[in-house]
Amino acid sequence: MDMVTEVYAAQKKIGGESRNLFRMTAARRREALWGLFFISPWLIGFSLFYLVPMIASLWFSTLDFTLSRPDEAQFIGLDNWQHMLFEDPQTWQALRVTLVFALISLPIGMITAFLLAVLLNSKHLIGRDLFRTLFYAPTMVPVIASILIWSQVLNAQTGWVNQAIDLTGVQASGANGIRWLDDPKLIYISYTLIGLWGIGNAMLINLAALQGVPTQLYEAAEIDGAGWFRRLWNVTVPMVTPVIFYNLIISVVGLMQYFIVPWVLNGGDGYPEGTTRFMMIQFYQQAFAFQNMGYGATVAWFIFVVGLAITALLFATGRYWVYYAGESR
Amino acid sequence: MAVKQPDSSYRLEQYRQELVTTIIVTAIAVIALGIYVMPLIFGVVTSLKTQAQASDPNAPLLPSDVITFEYEGEELDVFTVPLEDGDRPLAMLQPGRRASTFIDPAAPDAEPIEWEGNWRQLEPVRELSVQWGNYPEAWSTIDFLRLLVNTLIYAFVTMIGTVIASSMVAYGFARFRFPFKNVLFIVLLATIILPPAVTLVPTYAFFVTVLDWGGTWWPLIVPQMFGNAYNVFLLRQYFLTIPREMEEAATIDGAGPIKTFFQVILPQAVPALTAVALFHFFFAWNDFFGPLIYLAGNPDANPISVGLTLFNGLYQTRNELVLAAAVISMIPPLVIFFAAQRVFVQGIVITGVDK
Repeated sequence: MDMVTEVYAAQKKIGGESRNLFRMTAARRREALWGLFFISPWLIGFSLFYLVPMIASLWFSTLDFTLSRPDEAQFIGLDNWQHMLFEDPQTWQALRVTLVFALISLPIGMITAFLLAVLLNSKHLIGRDLFRTLFYAPTMVPVIASILIWSQVLNAQTGWVNQAIDLTGVQASGANGIRWLDDPKLIYISYTLIGLWGIGNAMLINLAALQGVPTQLYEAAEIDGAGWFRRLWNVTVPMVTPVIFYNLIISVVGLMQYFIVPWVLNGGDGYPEGTTRFMMIQFYQQAFAFQNMGYGATVAWFIFVVGLAITALLFATGRYWVYYAGESR
Repeated sequence: MAVKQPDSSYRLEQYRQELVTTIIVTAIAVIALGIYVMPLIFGVVTSLKTQAQASDPNAPLLPSDVITFEYEGEELDVFTVPLEDGDRPLAMLQPGRRASTFIDPAAPDAEPIEWEGNWRQLEPVRELSVQWGNYPEAWSTIDFLRLLVNTLIYAFVTMIGTVIASSMVAYGFARFRFPFKNVLFIVLLATIILPPAVTLVPTYAFFVTVLDWGGTWWPLIVPQMFGNAYNVFLLRQYFLTIPREMEEAATIDGAGPIKTFFQVILPQAVPALTAVALFHFFFAWNDFFGPLIYLAGNPDANPISVGLTLFNGLYQTRNELVLAAAVISMIPPLVIFFAAQRVFVQGIVITGVDK
């Protein structure tokens, strides 16, 4: 089962198990202790690097605490929160930037991954295995290398993208040309293009799901006279909604942490016109550039709450459009 | 009664249609692939150009260089000069605003040729010239060996840690019943959606001020010794497919759970363990944020990801060197991927698809 299905399955089993170690038979107790032994690395790691830091982070958000002067840290209550939510315009700008970029890049990325998977699943494609490998290969290119390459291929003068557009007769390079990485109206499209080199995993998962769609469904649809597009829309898409949902969650998680591309391209200064000041950039600036640990922790909690809200929203709506075979929910 | 056979013209028509579809689909794939990997080709091609050509908008697509002709100890540039008897490649001896004199490289001893017109409008003659030297230059300028050693040590140390820890945890979740197992399992998976930022500030403050680990690898290595949710999930799914009979046989032979785990389970799970090891290797190769903040004061400890970014910042005018370094950095992951893709792809699929 995939991750999301496993979460639902585990949720149903909660409560059905005995929890008191002392009320078990000796054999059951031995089993439970061995189980706890095996998961102990994670229990320790979770406590040390998730649970305690999360709570500490919440506590930090009530402090005025600069890393270079730890002795001067002092409790300031909800001042950080108030400043972040009501006084600092960068908070809401960072949220807006992140959400707008998500609304542009998520659909493009997910549709591209799905369509590539459909193409690579076609029985009419010669050399399918080779194509699958080659289409996945860019995902293996290290992130930094791919950003450096894309930033030059999108260069207004010397990049091949504009030079290719020039060939069609539209003047893209030159003074009034298309400035992919400098134009606030185009910047999200450019970042989305860079992101397309990272859709390999989503593509593969889509592909595996497509291979799992029972062929009888297609045969039945064909007998009913459904054309290629009808079959795709009415049979394929509903059958792969679980992986679309999974990819959606993973993409949202990734977008909440979106950092490397703007950092490598412009050092996180928001260029052009603050359009690339994502939430994680804002967090980095506050916590590490300014060493303002208290305010940084507040921004981090903000990112967490936003991410949690979006994920919860997706899970809540998921039951209406995600199709789980053999489940009645 | 005889079954009506489709006549041969019908079958031929069907065959023709299949062929047309195959050609169209394959052509779409070829074009899409061409567009998709175009930047990669651009990167490799540009990394082999001269500095001047890499930043010249009018330069030809392929790496090439302006031809020069040596005449009486001087390097003369060669231009395509339109003469009455057609265009000829000539070496410019004396540039002038209205007229210039040229030497014919084919007959250097002949009289210089006078040409009227502005020489700046002449097209220089170029020949294919691949700057392989960019690669050694990039390699030594960025001190690639050090970056590579740093990255490999980091990748392998944390790989061993995370594989051992994750497989232990996965075995615990796959085979044993214990209190709050399902709650803990959901919590484990929920850590995937947790943004690292929310735990980072106190962790950073603790590592840097209390333990004084700033500029060292410890803050990057230690947290990865406890297993990670993706890996645990993948391994658990794999362990669930291993038949219990083998463990029961081992138990009857007197093996304890630890011995069973190492001698029965792990040998059965080599493909999944390999997949996890590979995922971790690629993660480590790309890891950026952690090294960026923890190694800030110690550039000698940087991995490839951060080193390449700094290099890009310092060598803004040397596009070809930056791209050469980028190409070098992608070779190890691509080679490993092509060598081990079957295991790798299987691993990705397990986490996302209901099978």
